[in-house]
Amino acid sequence: MKIWTGALLAGALTALPLSAEPVEDTLILNEDITLVTRTAAPDHLSDVMDEVISGWHFRGTETRAMQADDFDNPGMIFVEQAEEVWNTVDGSEGKSCASCHEGSETMAGVRPVYPKYNEAAGEVRTLEMQINDCRENRMGAEKWKYTGGDMVNMTALLASVSRGMPVNVAIDGPAQSTWEAGKELYYTRTGQLELACSNCHEDNYGNMIRADHLSQGQINGFPVYRLKNTKLNAAHARFKGCIRDTRAETYSPGSPEFIALELYVASRGNGLSVEGPSIRN
Amino acid sequence: MATGVKPRVKVPKTAAAGETITIKTLISHKMESGQRKDDDGNVIPRSIINRFTCDFNGENVIDVVLEPAISTNPYLEFEAVVPEAGEFVFTWYDDDGSVYDTSKKIAVE
Repeated sequence: MKIWTGALLAGALTALPLSAEPVEDTLILNEDITLVTRTAAPDHLSDVMDEVISGWHFRGTETRAMQADDFDNPGMIFVEQAEEVWNTVDGSEGKSCASCHEGSETMAGVRPVYPKYNEAAGEVRTLEMQINDCRENRMGAEKWKYTGGDMVNMTALLASVSRGMPVNVAIDGPAQSTWEAGKELYYTRTGQLELACSNCHEDNYGNMIRADHLSQGQINGFPVYRLKNTKLNAAHARFKGCIRDTRAETYSPGSPEFIALELYVASRGNGLSVEGPSIRN
Repeated sequence: MATGVKPRVKVPKTAAAGETITIKTLISHKMESGQRKDDDGNVIPRSIINRFTCDFNGENVIDVVLEPAISTNPYLEFEAVVPEAGEFVFTWYDDDGSVYDTSKKIAVE
């Protein structure tokens, strides 16, 4: 019986894939900046794919249009809220983000290179870790929850000022071991469904998984405003959701595993424009 | 009492006389329907934007009644003909009696 269902399943799997190619379109932000949403794959991916494609191409016409104009992009409401927080003093040191960094626009170029190895700390740090380091050690303020509202809004602000700049995380030197660990996780099957990230996002992008159009799982558009929950979602929350969907116990947002995975997944999108806050389903 | 309410509008700065322009408006508002209950089972009172109007040089362009089923941060997009230079005035009416307004000038080329 078991063999029989297995054979049926295998038959169904080979017969099913309904190909739905990523949409040919160009993302022009506010009728001004043209974003790179398709580009040649970085060298380390040359064995597995030729082109890296932003998740934007895998979404519907209306969803894509929403992201092209800041007024139509609901994610920008949260960016505005973060802009207020940026200029608000918090903590025992009487400082706001702006006290040291001045305007948020001075942070352009930060998002594309994170996660990044921090010399002083001797570890690879995500943008969230760096924000919390600032809050604790420079401002004397409480740490934010890793995927909490304040944190995700702030990462959206930092992403928004870097939109149009290419993702460019370093994967060699001191970051290499973390990157290797992330790569290992990417190709490790998890859960009762025994799926690795690669099974969907490398082997089957462009195909439909029931009603959903599988993307390459790029994270250049994070944080993402999802129409299904009408708020911004962090990359680690998405990782957690994906691993949960394989019916596994997941790692926690902010865990060393997810930091490594974020570095690896980010490196798969090296060359794509930063898009956050982007709009997805 | 709704908090964090902020109106936003997008109107072109200039138009040709008689041109039809597209106006986009959004107000950040939680639009509490009055149908939900809190953790203790008490009904959360309704708190929505119930009316939106747009006037151009004193003449009404659009007058909308909003109902509780409309979701958070109501977004309204509409077209208007611009006969002359002037000012659009946008007004939102909250259940709690608050009135939020904003205005945008438009020049005619």
